[in-house]
Amino acid sequence: MAGSREIRNKIKSVKNTQKITRAMEMVAASKMRKAQERMKKARPYGEKIRNVAAHMSRANTEYRHPFLIERDTVKKIGIIVVTSDKGLCGGLNTNVLRKTLNQMKIWSNEGEQIEACCIGNKGLGFMSRIGANITSQVVGLGDTPDMARLIGAVKVVLDGYTQDQFDRVFIFYNRFINTMKQQPVMEQLLPLTDEIMQSDNQNDAPEKISWDYIYEPEAKPVIDDIMVRYIEALIYQAVAENMASEQSARMVAMKAASDNAGNVIDELTLIYNKSRQAAITKELSEIVGGAAAV
Amino acid sequence: MGTIFHLDIVSAEESIYSGPVEFMVAPAQMGEVGIYPRHTPMLTKIKSGMVRIKAQLKEEELIYVSGGMLEVQPDIVTILADTAVRSDDLDEAKALEAKRAAEEAMKNKESELDYVRAQAELIEAMSQLAAIDKLRKRGH
Repeated sequence: MAGSREIRNKIKSVKNTQKITRAMEMVAASKMRKAQERMKKARPYGEKIRNVAAHMSRANTEYRHPFLIERDTVKKIGIIVVTSDKGLCGGLNTNVLRKTLNQMKIWSNEGEQIEACCIGNKGLGFMSRIGANITSQVVGLGDTPDMARLIGAVKVVLDGYTQDQFDRVFIFYNRFINTMKQQPVMEQLLPLTDEIMQSDNQNDAPEKISWDYIYEPEAKPVIDDIMVRYIEALIYQAVAENMASEQSARMVAMKAASDNAGNVIDELTLIYNKSRQAAITKELSEIVGGAAAV
Repeated sequence: MGTIFHLDIVSAEESIYSGPVEFMVAPAQMGEVGIYPRHTPMLTKIKSGMVRIKAQLKEEELIYVSGGMLEVQPDIVTILADTAVRSDDLDEAKALEAKRAAEEAMKNKESELDYVRAQAELIEAMSQLAAIDKLRKRGH
């Protein structure tokens, strides 16, 4: 009978854990819906600003923004690593950090220097643990990819690019494909390649564009602003996608944890019943044996 | 066409307005601009302020934007609204803050970039996940 009390306690504790994981699953499910919504809402802005930027880059202006100019030598690379602030979301952060690390290894073998901008606690912790150079960071964004809070970190990177500190800038994040699937991706942010500019924008062919805007008050500051906002929009979109990925990964992970807890409870209950039955049988046989002896 | 044009007001966080309008006024950097259909293509910054919109058969509507960009094409006008109040000084302060936070984090940096250790750490995490997966598949 000695074991049965312990088993009972164990069952109780697993049940408590299951309650927690189930609650987290439901919280993540509702947050995921909101995060997806937010991700979708950010799309029109991204598309509009891309159209404007793409048009501007193809129209004939005397001023060409530095973001559009490909540099011949690449010595320093800036990376933006987007991760979640909290754990308990399966392999989400591990996947994106592994991709980042592999790429960093390739670059450093080629003799390039790397500086990182970390968005999210997990990536920051990892990057500082492995001793990477961190130029800027934002953590504790919560559940909304707050543009106002991203601006600072992004500006450090953009300034670094215009001041020739970086020759290239990449972003790493988890792309949201569906609830079950998130994919770690690497994208080149700067310089803006023609491919990036033209994606989703096939409807107006280059030859059709023969006009240019009137810039008020003059071309340079307006183009500068558009370009900075365009990059910010891309980063915002990446952060929004990463957040949706985080919530759905957490939901799936927590669902698996709840299911596992259920299995463990079933097993433990079986063992508990067996041991109880064994104890009863033993007691009975003792009584019968005692009676026989009398 | 001819008497109306399409107006979109979008910010990074949401789409604020989308629809056909007859006339609009926006607070451009150089002063207010009124836009009728078939305006010359124009690109300008706008200040924070009210955008006045007059749609067909509707009352005039006022929408507040906290600055942004105004793009005008003959039949389509787009306002790319900022979600935060922006100024160079403010942005600079934010950038400094992000930099300072990073420096703080760098202070307790233990060693030089050690790829081997980092990789080992990640591989461990990955194999834990893989093991859990396997256990689950076994019908545990």
